[in-house]
Amino acid sequence: MSDMKMPNAAKTLSPEDVKLVKKFLSDTTLFLGPDPEIMQNHDLMPRTDVEDKCIKKVNETHMIAKIRDRIQAGCDEGYEMVEQMGAAPGAKWGDVITGVYSASGDLAIASAGGVLIFSTLVHHPIKFIIKNWMNDPTVGVREGDGFIHNDSRYGNVHNTDQSMILPIFHKGELVCWVASTVHEGENGAIEPGGMPSMAESPCDEGLKMSPFRVVENYQIKRDILTFLQNSVREPKLQYEDMKVKLYACLRIKQRVEETLNTDGPEALISTLRLTMENVRAEVVRRVSEWPDMTVRTYIIQDSTLRENCVVKINCKLTKTGDRLIFDFRGSSPEFTNRATNTIVAGLKGMLAQVFLCYVWPDLPRGQAAFAPIEVITDPHSIVNCSYDAPNSQSLMSIFTGFTAGQHAVAKFLYSCPEKYTKVHAPTFNMINTFIWGGVSQHGETLGNLCADLNGMGAGARSDMDGEHALAPIFATMADIGEQELNEEDVPFLQLVSKKMTMDAVAPGKYRGGQGYTMMVSTKDSEQWGFMTVCQGAKIPPIQGLFGGYACGAYPLCKVKDVNVYDVLLNEPEKFKHSIAEIMNEQPFEGASYTTHHMGMGFEISKKGELFMISQGAGAGYGDLLERNPDAVIKDIEEHLISQGVAEQLYKVKFDPVTLSVNYDATKAARNDERKARLARGVPFAEFIKTWNQPKPPAYLQYFGCWGDDVDTLYAGGPDITRKANEPRPNYMRNPKDVRIDELEARLAALGAHGDEKK
Amino acid sequence: MTEYLRIDLEKEQWECRVCNHVVGPATKSYKEGMLVHNRDPREIHPPIIDPDKYRFTFSPDPEWVRILEYYCPSCGTMVENEYAIPGHPPLYDMEVDLPALKAQWSTREEVPEPVVGPEVVRGTGHGNH
Repeated sequence: MSDMKMPNAAKTLSPEDVKLVKKFLSDTTLFLGPDPEIMQNHDLMPRTDVEDKCIKKVNETHMIAKIRDRIQAGCDEGYEMVEQMGAAPGAKWGDVITGVYSASGDLAIASAGGVLIFSTLVHHPIKFIIKNWMNDPTVGVREGDGFIHNDSRYGNVHNTDQSMILPIFHKGELVCWVASTVHEGENGAIEPGGMPSMAESPCDEGLKMSPFRVVENYQIKRDILTFLQNSVREPKLQYEDMKVKLYACLRIKQRVEETLNTDGPEALISTLRLTMENVRAEVVRRVSEWPDMTVRTYIIQDSTLRENCVVKINCKLTKTGDRLIFDFRGSSPEFTNRATNTIVAGLKGMLAQVFLCYVWPDLPRGQAAFAPIEVITDPHSIVNCSYDAPNSQSLMSIFTGFTAGQHAVAKFLYSCPEKYTKVHAPTFNMINTFIWGGVSQHGETLGNLCADLNGMGAGARSDMDGEHALAPIFATMADIGEQELNEEDVPFLQLVSKKMTMDAVAPGKYRGGQGYTMMVSTKDSEQWGFMTVCQGAKIPPIQGLFGGYACGAYPLCKVKDVNVYDVLLNEPEKFKHSIAEIMNEQPFEGASYTTHHMGMGFEISKKGELFMISQGAGAGYGDLLERNPDAVIKDIEEHLISQGVAEQLYKVKFDPVTLSVNYDATKAARNDERKARLARGVPFAEFIKTWNQPKPPAYLQYFGCWGDDVDTLYAGGPDITRKANEPRPNYMRNPKDVRIDELEARLAALGAHGDEKK
Repeated sequence: MTEYLRIDLEKEQWECRVCNHVVGPATKSYKEGMLVHNRDPREIHPPIIDPDKYRFTFSPDPEWVRILEYYCPSCGTMVENEYAIPGHPPLYDMEVDLPALKAQWSTREEVPEPVVGPEVVRGTGHGNH
C-alpha cells in the first residue's frame, strides 16, 4: 500500500469500524499465501493459559525428565522407522527428522539423529494450519487427519522436503502435533531430483504444496495421492514415503498416548513447554558467558550455478550482555531469476545448526535452542528473498550463511572458558555430489541424488586435525551411503569412490579434513543424466581460522567421446584412478577433456563418459609453520598431500625415499620463512593505501555491499547500485545469450556477417 | 582472544601470545599492528590439473580472490588470514567492548591456559561391528 497523500484526510475509524474492516478482510482474503507473521518469527509462541495451568500442576524435575526421555525415545523410534523403510535416498541416509510439537506448533522434542536443520523449520506449516484451517468450516482439524506440505515459502528448506503432520487429541482436546519430514528428492521440477538450478521462477520448481489435508481417519486419500503422484517423476516413491511418514507419525502418536494414559495430559503439556523454556533460558545464560564483541566476516559465492559471478554473504555478529545478533545486511540482493535465494527461515535454520551441531550439541534438539538469537537482514536479499523469487537452490545461500556464522562464532568461543565442544575452523559447506535422473536399467523413471553430499570434510580443531569427509553441516548423524546398494537401482557406476583427492588440502597448524574423488559413468541406460549444484570452482566457499587456510577450489571435469567400459574391458591399464592422472595424461585417445564450474544443469550422458568431481576440505587452523613435521609425513604416507606440496607449504625437510624428517633443517627452513614474512609483509597502514579500492573491480559481476557501507548494494558492477532497503528486480541474462553475443561480436569484428539482414 | 593474540585488559593492548610483542591498542583492530602480505592463492592451493590446458584447475582464480596474510611484525607468526575480493577493504574482524570485557573478567579467576573443550568420547557399549 502506498503512503500517497490524499486530498482529503481519511476518517478516523472507530474501534467497531476497525473490527468490521478486519473481519471483512479476513472473510474475503483471496489467497492465503505464506504469512509473514509466521514466517519471520522463529521464537517460541507465548505460554498459553492451558500450558500455565499444566505447569503449575506438574513441574517436578525428575518427572519432566522422565517424560521427556520417553517422548524422545518415541521420536527416535519414528526416525528409525523412516530411515529403515523410506524409499527416498535421503531417507536411507538420514535426511529425516521426526518430532513432537506443542499445541501452538512449536517443535518441543525432535529425534536425536537426522537432519537437524528441520528442527527449526517445520513449525511454520503447523502454525499456518492452526491459524487458517483450524476454524475454517471447509477444512478444520480433526482426529485422524494428516496434513502434507513441501513449499518452502510456507516453511522448510527447499521443495524436496515433504512433511506429514498429525494433530494429537486427548478426549477431544488438541494436546500436541507429531510430524515427520524427509528429503524426498523428486518433486516434478524443471530438472529431476527436486533441486533445479535452472529454475527461473517458483513456477519451475515443481510441486508447491501449501499445508493441506491428505489423510482422513488415518487413511491416505487416494484421489489426492494420485494427483501428487501424477505431478512427479517418481510416483511410487511419492506413495511409499507418504505411507512411511504416516506410520512413523502413528508410532510416535502411540508413544505419546501411552504417556497420556500413564501420566495424564497435564504432565505431557508441561513437559513439552518446560523443555522449550528451559533450553531457551540455558541458551541465554550460555551466550552471556561469551565476550562482548562484534565479529565481522564474509563468505563469497562464486556463481549462481548458471554463471560465475561474485555474490557476497556479509555477516556481522554482535554479542551484548545476553543478546546475540546475526546481522546479514549488506549481503547480495536477491536474484529475480536464479534459484540460489533463500527465505530467511532457511537461513535461521542453518544458523541453528552452528549451535546444535557444533557449539552446544548437549542441548535437547528442538526449536528452542535458536529461539532467543536474533537475525537481521535486508528485505528481498539473497538471504531473505521475496515470495516471487525462486529458491530451489537455497542451499547455496544457507550453507554460505552457515559458514559465515560458524566462522564468526569461533572467534567468540576461543576466550570463553565455558566450552561444550572444541573451537574449530569452518567445515566444508558445499554439496559436492551428483544429482541424477532419467530411466533406470529397470525401466523406472527416477530423479534423485548420491548421498555423497553428506561427506563434507570437517574443519580443523584447536588441538587436532579435521576429520575427512565426515558429515554434512546440517546433520552430524547422517551417512554417506553404500554406493553398491545404490547401483542396484540406478544405471551408473561410481568408478572411483571414497578415494581422497591428493593435494586438495586446507593447510594449517592443524589441517582440515579432506574430501574424496567421485567419478561416475552411465552404463545401462540411454536416457540418463547428471547435474551438479555447487559453488567454489573459482573462490573457496569458506574461510580459515587463526592463520589456517581455507580449502582450494573444486571444478567439474568431463571426459567425452570415450566409452570407459570398453577401455576397462580391453585396455584396463589405461584407466587411472585420480582426476589428476586422467586430466593431465589424457590416456584415452580421441576423447575430449574439459573443465567447468560446479553448476552443471541437467545433462544427458552417454554410456562410458566420465564426470569427475571431488568433495571439499574443511578449513585449516593456525599457522602452518607450527604443524608437527611428523604429521606432515603422515599426510604424505596417507596420500593426502604430495612430497612437493608438503615441502613447499610446510617447509619440512625430509628424505624423499625413507620420509625421515631432518628436524634441524626443518627448523632452519621455517625460521627462514618467518624472516621472509617479515621482509615481504607491509605495515597495515601502508598496505591499505594501495590495496583498498572504493568500488568492486569493473571486471567482476559483483553483488552485495563493498566494505562497511551496508546501505549501498552493488548489483552486477561498480556502477550498478541500489539502496539496501529499496528492493528492485535483479535479472540475470541467459548464459547462452551472453555467449552468443560474445561470438557475434567476434564475427562482427572479423567482418563475417557480410550484408546479413538485421 | 585467539590462538595467537591476547588482550591485556589493564593496559588495553593487543599482544602476541608467541613473542609477547605489543601489537597495538585494543580499542582498534589488531590488524593495524600487523604486517600484511597479498598472497596469490595458487601458491597455497597449487593447481592439480594442468593450468596450460584447463580453465579450472583446483586453484582459486587469482583475479577473483587473494589471500591477505597477517604477520606479527616481531616474530613472523601468521596470526590470521583473510580470503578477500581484490581491493575489498580488510575487515575489522574483532571489535571488542573493553568496559564489558573488563567487567566480565573481574568476576572470573584467571585462566592461564586456553580451555580446549571436551573430547568426543567413543561409546563403549555393544556395537554392530
